[in-house]
Amino acid sequence: MLFSSLLLGALHAMVPLTMTATGEILSERAGVVNIGLEGILLLSAFGAVVGAEAGGPLAGLVVGLGVGAILGLIHGVIAVYFRGDQIISGVGINILALGLVAIGIVWQWGVAGFHQVDRALRIPHLVTPLGSMSPMVIVTVLLAALTYYLIHHTNLGLQIQAVGENPAAADAAGVRVERVRLFGAVYAGALAGLAGAYLSIDWLATITRNLPAGRGFIALATVVFSRLNPFLAVVGGLIFGFFDGLGLLASTSREITQVVPYQFIQMLPYVVTLLVVTGVIGRARFPAASGQPYRRE
Amino acid sequence: MDPRPGDDQAAESSGAADRRRVVRDAAGTAGQVLLAAALGLIIGAVLMEIAGYDWTRAYQGLWLGAFGDPWSVADTLASATPLILTGLAFGLCFRAGYFNIGGQGQMTVGALAAVVVGAYIPVPTPVAVFLVLLAAGAAGAVWSLTPAFLKATRGVHEVISTIMFNWIAFYLALYLAFYSLNDPQSAERTVRVLPGVRLAPLLAGADATAAIFIAAGIALALYWLLWHTPWGYEMRVAGLNPSALRYAGASPVWTINWTFMLAGMAAGIAGATQIIGRPPTYALYGDLSNLGDLGFDGIAVALIGRNHPIGIIASAVFFGALGSGARMMQIMAGVPLDMVRIVHGVIIIALAAPEVWSIIAKSLVRRRAARTEPVSAQAPNSPARR
Repeated sequence: MLFSSLLLGALHAMVPLTMTATGEILSERAGVVNIGLEGILLLSAFGAVVGAEAGGPLAGLVVGLGVGAILGLIHGVIAVYFRGDQIISGVGINILALGLVAIGIVWQWGVAGFHQVDRALRIPHLVTPLGSMSPMVIVTVLLAALTYYLIHHTNLGLQIQAVGENPAAADAAGVRVERVRLFGAVYAGALAGLAGAYLSIDWLATITRNLPAGRGFIALATVVFSRLNPFLAVVGGLIFGFFDGLGLLASTSREITQVVPYQFIQMLPYVVTLLVVTGVIGRARFPAASGQPYRRE
Repeated sequence: MDPRPGDDQAAESSGAADRRRVVRDAAGTAGQVLLAAALGLIIGAVLMEIAGYDWTRAYQGLWLGAFGDPWSVADTLASATPLILTGLAFGLCFRAGYFNIGGQGQMTVGALAAVVVGAYIPVPTPVAVFLVLLAAGAAGAVWSLTPAFLKATRGVHEVISTIMFNWIAFYLALYLAFYSLNDPQSAERTVRVLPGVRLAPLLAGADATAAIFIAAGIALALYWLLWHTPWGYEMRVAGLNPSALRYAGASPVWTINWTFMLAGMAAGIAGATQIIGRPPTYALYGDLSNLGDLGFDGIAVALIGRNHPIGIIASAVFFGALGSGARMMQIMAGVPLDMVRIVHGVIIIALAAPEVWSIIAKSLVRRRAARTEPVSAQAPNSPARR
């Protein structure tokens, strides 16, 4: 009983981390780094609730994906075509999303900071031997596999790797560097958008002004952990997700919070992320031109 | 390397031509920032129009709340005080090529240290204020040096580690404020600091205290450090060209630690100013609400201030005005406080791509040149024109 709820908790907590990380892996392979993932998760989570209340859970997922893709597009245009600073643009997206969602919650529901999502609007769950499980768990693993295939076994994937490693050579070989990079940025935004929708209309079933609670950044840590391999992002997502789920589970259990104050349980995922990243990172190698704008000579 | 706003290194060389270039660059930068700020306010107005608010009345309220009377001005300065320091915490690291997103956590532990030292250590007043600032700075430095150490030894990216430290500080502070430092007489806040360390309002009934001078003084000191000492020179070289730093024989590890330590101290002292320099509470609220998002806002402050200590002072005052004006905006037009955050976000996204601005500027210059061609055929910066 405890084991299955812990495993289920880890699987559910894995979804936003792995899904967001998977998109970002492809984007970083192409040379665009987005630290605005936290903001994309937040704004698309909000969009998904609005969409779901207008047209059901599927509409919510579509809106979330769309909001994420638009934010990814904005970031991509700034990074690729305007050759802007990717970190500054990402910071801007985080701040903008926080403002839009804080105000959006007031505008939409007339409450400050917290809105519960109706049970009927949540994504229907599957019945499994472990218990009720979100179909998004399966979608996440499939997306990771698809992304791996895309990067390593398609022509587009070859182009993505080329523009990330050596954009000048790719350009000389006739690859449209800007378009491939923009595709990466939009792909990362769209997957983060789907993950944001999952947060609000599935897993946590609420929208608050701080719903992702750092998960966008833990997803970045997952990217680092994965060494840009989507399958390892599933493993990383499960490790980080286990402690995230454990924290959620433990902070609602009276027996545990009497021994360990809930603030320390809540700290757990962040401490674990630090420890894991400290342990593995030395061996990571990133594409040579990641984060750098490309300027044609 | 990606382009960094570091044009002002020309200040090192002397000569009238250089000085003119510095002035022109500074004017260009200021122009970009003003354009971006205008864009932020315009998009804010459009959003308010869509949502059905009276945006003219809202901006009237914004102005009155920020500069309407001496108390509003004091309010603006009081809001600017911590932002100068958290802005420095980000800007200093940015100058050296690092992204310190951890100002929030560094400020939080600084505030905790300020409460502990300010409330429990009875010493004569001037010494006590100094001790509180020192303790807060030291706490912030501990919180920033760990990510610096992890980056230097294990290659952990500071964006990830500092964010994790923010969350750890957040829950640590919630715990301590609730269980260890709580005031038995008042459930919603910690114990108050001793009267001796409380900085008095500059104006009866206003929020601003001498803390604004502490913050501005630290900004000026860091300006001096960056542009008039060898250590500051090394920090700037680290940001512009890390390999040049290594070839010159300086240690990158040393520069990382030194930069993050100073940044953490600034953010820690920002926390202290919220405890000893902001009447009437002189304590930390149990939900940390008197720290708010000041650490994160510092990132925006620094980026808009172009990561220059003097620019950061100016941009912190701008942010302070938005912050204190937002309350009047809410009273007069019913616009939620977070409206100003949208304005921040738009400004920063607009500033992320400086090339857009130079493209616009170039096309403007070209158009003007085309218009004035018959009168003066000289290029804009030919000697005759000067």
